[in-house]
Amino acid sequence: MSYLCGAGLTRYGRHEGRSTLDLMSEAATLALEDAALERKDVDGLLCGYSTTMPHIMLATVFAEHFGLHPSYAHAIQMGGATGFGLVMLAHLLVESGAAQRILVVGGENRMTGQSRDSAIQVLAQTGHPVYEVPLGPTIPAYYGLVASRYMHEFGTDEAGLAELAVLMRRHAAAHPGAQFRDLITVGDVLGSRPIASPLKILDCCPVSDGACAVVVSSKASAAHRVAIRSAAQFHTAQHVSVTPSLTEFGAGRCTRRALDDAGRSLADVELAAIYDSFTITLTILLEEIGLAPRGQAGRLASEGHFGREGAMPLNLHGGLLSYGHCGVAGAMAHLAETHLQMTGRAGERQVPRAGTALLHGDGGVLSSHVSLFLEACA
Amino acid sequence: MSASNDTPATGGGVAPTPSGAAPRPPDWTRGGAGLVYQVCARCGHAWYFRRAFCPECGAAEARELAAAGRGTVHADTLVHRAPTDEFRALAPYRIVLVDIDEGFRMMGHGEPSLTIGDRVQCGFKPLGDRLLPYFEKEVE
Repeated sequence: MSYLCGAGLTRYGRHEGRSTLDLMSEAATLALEDAALERKDVDGLLCGYSTTMPHIMLATVFAEHFGLHPSYAHAIQMGGATGFGLVMLAHLLVESGAAQRILVVGGENRMTGQSRDSAIQVLAQTGHPVYEVPLGPTIPAYYGLVASRYMHEFGTDEAGLAELAVLMRRHAAAHPGAQFRDLITVGDVLGSRPIASPLKILDCCPVSDGACAVVVSSKASAAHRVAIRSAAQFHTAQHVSVTPSLTEFGAGRCTRRALDDAGRSLADVELAAIYDSFTITLTILLEEIGLAPRGQAGRLASEGHFGREGAMPLNLHGGLLSYGHCGVAGAMAHLAETHLQMTGRAGERQVPRAGTALLHGDGGVLSSHVSLFLEACA
Repeated sequence: MSASNDTPATGGGVAPTPSGAAPRPPDWTRGGAGLVYQVCARCGHAWYFRRAFCPECGAAEARELAAAGRGTVHADTLVHRAPTDEFRALAPYRIVLVDIDEGFRMMGHGEPSLTIGDRVQCGFKPLGDRLLPYFEKEVE
């Protein structure tokens, strides 16, 4: 058993003049405060990567910068799945006894630390360097391809996708740290600038600066603790050209493994935090996992099913689509919000039932998958 | 011809491999006007991303073959926001995933009007100093 004992989340958006290490340090400070720990208490450090500060030893660099002397530290890279992958690893390390109090940190100045073209080009490198990237695709183009097939198979339309953007914005409006807080309508999404059909700019998450950190610990007495019951991964294929199916990516298998390991089923989930890099990403993940029937995610969103008062509250901070996306920390914000909800400290965003939560993240083009199942501690 | 194992950009020809053994069909990823895929001599699996062994059974018996370039559109997107100046000059451009009749899927550019289910034929269009696979509707 391991416990999520603290979380720290910066606001996402523009942090002019602040570096990867500045942002990571801010989130790490907040997470340690929340966990009532000091730097000297940390014996494990796990980091992801930063596109604005590529380094082969980011964890050691951050340990030196922040003032940590961990007995276990390194970075991992799983694209958008990195944040939950780090938490899974921390969970396994605590369970194995390799470390007792692990700080997990992600963050970067992805918005202000490089040009927009540079950010788009770096991310497009998740494609194949010989067979895909030379054709001029972008991340939205890979997802546009996926969306075209998914919509063809299940009858989802652009308005259905838009409902999820509208929902994420409504949730973000209640969070002071969100990058975008002005309410939008389905019409706004449909009328927004085309990026890679069928995706418009409001179907896409923004590029943000920001950071998030959490503490995973063996300590069952920590004040703000949530139990990490299980974690699972699944990997289908890296490249969209060769992924065997554009409707079954492995998210369903991954969450089923996590739920099975916890001895639970989808019916036991009270709160969901699902990766939402694009409206189509969230649509596919919800429907492949089984939190919505195929082709129905948009309808359920429009009916309030995923709202704060709905049957399955989803991404209550506004998700990547509206809270923002700064790389590794992008999905970690889902975790920080889940931690707040499960410890009853989400203020006006608090939902009445947050005893269990299912989190799911993906990296690449729905290439790598990580699921976490959390349970509140009485 | 040089000792390069790439076919010339003019395409069409078949360059000898460095060993002088089996000829290599023209391949757009090496500058030639052709589509190359591989087939496992042991299990018959066909695939697109070049490697020295079969990703299905592991046999080091990968044969390079030329595909005729006919197939069916599996997915499509029209890219408006291009990643570089080179592609901005083309935008908006259509990118497609095509199920090639020989049994593999590939990414290419295509006519703006292409949509899922269309039968297509692969040709090649120059961009800068290279060739891109470009799909057009198959002529009946």
